[in-house]
Amino acid sequence: MATTLPEPPKIERDRLPSQGSGNGGWRNLVPASADPRQVKDYSPPPASTGIWVGLAAITMTFAAFTSALVVRQGGAPDWRHITLPPVLYLNTLLIVASSVTLEIARRRVAAFMGGLKDPAANPARWLFVTLFLGLSFVAGQTYAWLQLKAQGFGLATNVSYSFFYVLTVAHAVHLVGGIGGLVRVVGKLNKSVLRRSTLDATSRYWHFMGVLWVYLLFLLWMKL
Amino acid sequence: MHDMSAPAAHHGAPTSFIRKHVFSLDHKVIGKQYYALALLAALIGMALSWIMRIHLGWGNFAIPGLHLLSSTGAPGNVLTPEYYLQLMTMHGTIMVFFVLTTAPFAAFGNFFLPIQTGAEDMPFPHFNMMSFWVTFVGFWVLIASFFVGDGPTLGGWTQYAPLSAIGSVGGPGQGLGVVLWATSIAIFCIGQLLGSLNFITTTLDMRCKGMSLMRLPLTAWAWFITSVMGLTAFAVLMPACILLILDHVAGTSFFVASNLVINDQVLPHSGGSTLLWQHLFWFFGHPEVYIAIVPGMGIVSHVLITNMRKPMLSHRVLIYSMAALAVLSYMVYGHHMFVSGMNPVSSLAFSFPTLVITIPSTIVVLMWLGSLYGSKLQINSASLFSLGFISMFISGGVSGFFLAQPSIDIMLHATYFVVGHFHLVMGVAAMFGIFAGTYFWFPKMTGRMMSEPLGKAHFWLSFVGAYCIFMPFHYLGIAGNVRRYQAFTDDYLIPLIPVHKFITIAALITGFAQLIFVYNLIYSRFKGPVETDNPWQGTSLEWSTATPPPHNNFGATMPVVYHDPYQYSVEGASSDFVMQTSPEKINNPNEEK
Ligand code: HEM
Ligand SMILES: [Cu+2]
Repeated sequence: MATTLPEPPKIERDRLPSQGSGNGGWRNLVPASADPRQVKDYSPPPASTGIWVGLAAITMTFAAFTSALVVRQGGAPDWRHITLPPVLYLNTLLIVASSVTLEIARRRVAAFMGGLKDPAANPARWLFVTLFLGLSFVAGQTYAWLQLKAQGFGLATNVSYSFFYVLTVAHAVHLVGGIGGLVRVVGKLNKSVLRRSTLDATSRYWHFMGVLWVYLLFLLWMKL
Repeated sequence: MHDMSAPAAHHGAPTSFIRKHVFSLDHKVIGKQYYALALLAALIGMALSWIMRIHLGWGNFAIPGLHLLSSTGAPGNVLTPEYYLQLMTMHGTIMVFFVLTTAPFAAFGNFFLPIQTGAEDMPFPHFNMMSFWVTFVGFWVLIASFFVGDGPTLGGWTQYAPLSAIGSVGGPGQGLGVVLWATSIAIFCIGQLLGSLNFITTTLDMRCKGMSLMRLPLTAWAWFITSVMGLTAFAVLMPACILLILDHVAGTSFFVASNLVINDQVLPHSGGSTLLWQHLFWFFGHPEVYIAIVPGMGIVSHVLITNMRKPMLSHRVLIYSMAALAVLSYMVYGHHMFVSGMNPVSSLAFSFPTLVITIPSTIVVLMWLGSLYGSKLQINSASLFSLGFISMFISGGVSGFFLAQPSIDIMLHATYFVVGHFHLVMGVAAMFGIFAGTYFWFPKMTGRMMSEPLGKAHFWLSFVGAYCIFMPFHYLGIAGNVRRYQAFTDDYLIPLIPVHKFITIAALITGFAQLIFVYNLIYSRFKGPVETDNPWQGTSLEWSTATPPPHNNFGATMPVVYHDPYQYSVEGASSDFVMQTSPEKINNPNEEK
């Protein structure tokens, strides 16, 4: 593979847990008189908090869609049951597999960044596998949409289809964001500027997209 | 070991004009950009309110040049009924979203939150820059609806379905106008989500050494709590807007019921739920009113403490009360739907937390009053507007108790009583919070002082004026005056017209008083007396850095915090105030660790 890694990238090793609130001495000078122990105080990089905050917002958005579905379905005379396109189950396998490969990739890259350089195992390889699986998932979803469309089931055919499209497209849009994140990770790895927190945050996002998809599949399967 | 000897700048200081002033990554520039946007929006919103008020007082009065805004909406310079509603909708939307959310939260929060936490910048400066520019685009999408199709939407800032979802049969602006409205708001949501993400992570992760959570000033707490609300509320409004847009452009039926006949036309939709919109909207909408007011609570506390030269009775209780407001604000939203045909049991279920939410509000007010009692408050424009805030918040809050009870609300719902309630408690109070913040922080933001005599004139005119405008609203509402009417032709309304005339006159005078503020702002920006770094002798971190603060906020040495934010009049200390960064040992048993 074309990725060559001349030197281990910048890393944040032996990050010490922040010692309770207030010691978030973020890139701080330590006063001359201070306890030297404080030098080790190091708050977690914001990306690791930020990703949870972002995921909370995404959760709220999908919770809103879900409650819209429940309210809209309750007492609606026009609700029609739909059969999910079977390709969705294949897609589910793809996205679950992508989480597994990403986890392998994450550990390898982390080990590599930690200085455990194993030239035989190109750490980026599994990232590419993950990217491939992610793109296949999007392709599979697109196939499902096209298939439904070919059968004459559009966004406005019935409200069940409206929700089907809204939820799957909203998820796919977020997933494409994750693909962008992975591409960014690969790019940074190649330039040796990848930070551990970026890698971890991106993989958390990716895993979350997998969990979200499984939830959505369950919701659609149960409700539609 | 990490190299911690040099406080490396998070991102280098910008060199090009574009990077410095336009697509800036610096939270201080972004804060000022938000402020400018809010100011522009407020002026537009105020102009709209003048046009509406003149129309309500003197329905046939021709406002010169009005036809230029819309020849069909104001033929002969007099508003058509529909155009009145269109302007009203734009007034509400502009004010709630682009003024009351952007100024106290996004503008001041951006400028001061990182400084008050002792950070060099927000953790995700690119997101921060996007947050402003996305909001900016959202604003112009909304404004664009004035000039395309048949004008802006007339559905009110709450955009109730089915009117908002049926398209152009619903009247002017209900086609393209609603689509632009919903697009604008969805974009706005993205902007505020990005902002909230930054605010939350700044507060949690970026605090400087020694800055424990309880050592954060009340303003920082208020912005933090607000950003948590913003994160959850805007994440719900955005999908709601997307569904609304789909009902327009894709022919879906989320919000429009079957067989609806409008203007003799059967609509093609089927089975939609009209109440669904109200649920989604108010799940956002009620937290939104607290998003507008909580930053003001923080600003007012901060300003008063500095001018009283003593801390609030309890720092913690204020923080917990604001947090309680935030949590409860998600449980009360149904009080906007008492009259929606909701199950009476649900009404009861929403009435109860609505009454409970008055408890933390009352505690906050009592904290202020109790702390003010017996204090030697320095009177200046900032502290006057803070007192005004408290006054407005109480006056507007009291009417909330009435509205919170479904049996009373059945009569008062959709009357001017509600309009009076929310203008005092949210509109005017939040504006006063913005003013207090402006007079207080202007020297830090620009290096110059604002004129005090002009500020005081601005205060008294606004204070008396706001009461003259909004107190009579309550009377009108009790007399049965329905809101969102453009003329009062019914028998029982005609006797009320003199009240409307009085209100209109008060509104015009109060409006002109705001021009004093704008003049003061612009004049002082360039000609005001130059100030020192700490004109009010404040203790929090924004006062320990230079004016204007350097690119990384604190220059070569990042601050280390040793004290609570409000160490005023400490016994035995070397001066009347001990700054958070002062290593001086003081004997204050109540100090937070
Ligand atoms: C003291 C606590 C409060 C209570 C018990 C309360 C109660 C209520 C109730 C029951 C309504 C619905 C009335 C109706 O539509 O018939 C209402 C409307 C409203 N309240 Fe409050 N409120 C309180 C405080 C606040 C605060 C602090 C704000 C803003 C900062 C606020 C802003 C609003 C707004 C904007 C509306 C009307 C929205 C609309 O219909 O356009 N309220 N309030
Ligand atoms: Cu409410």
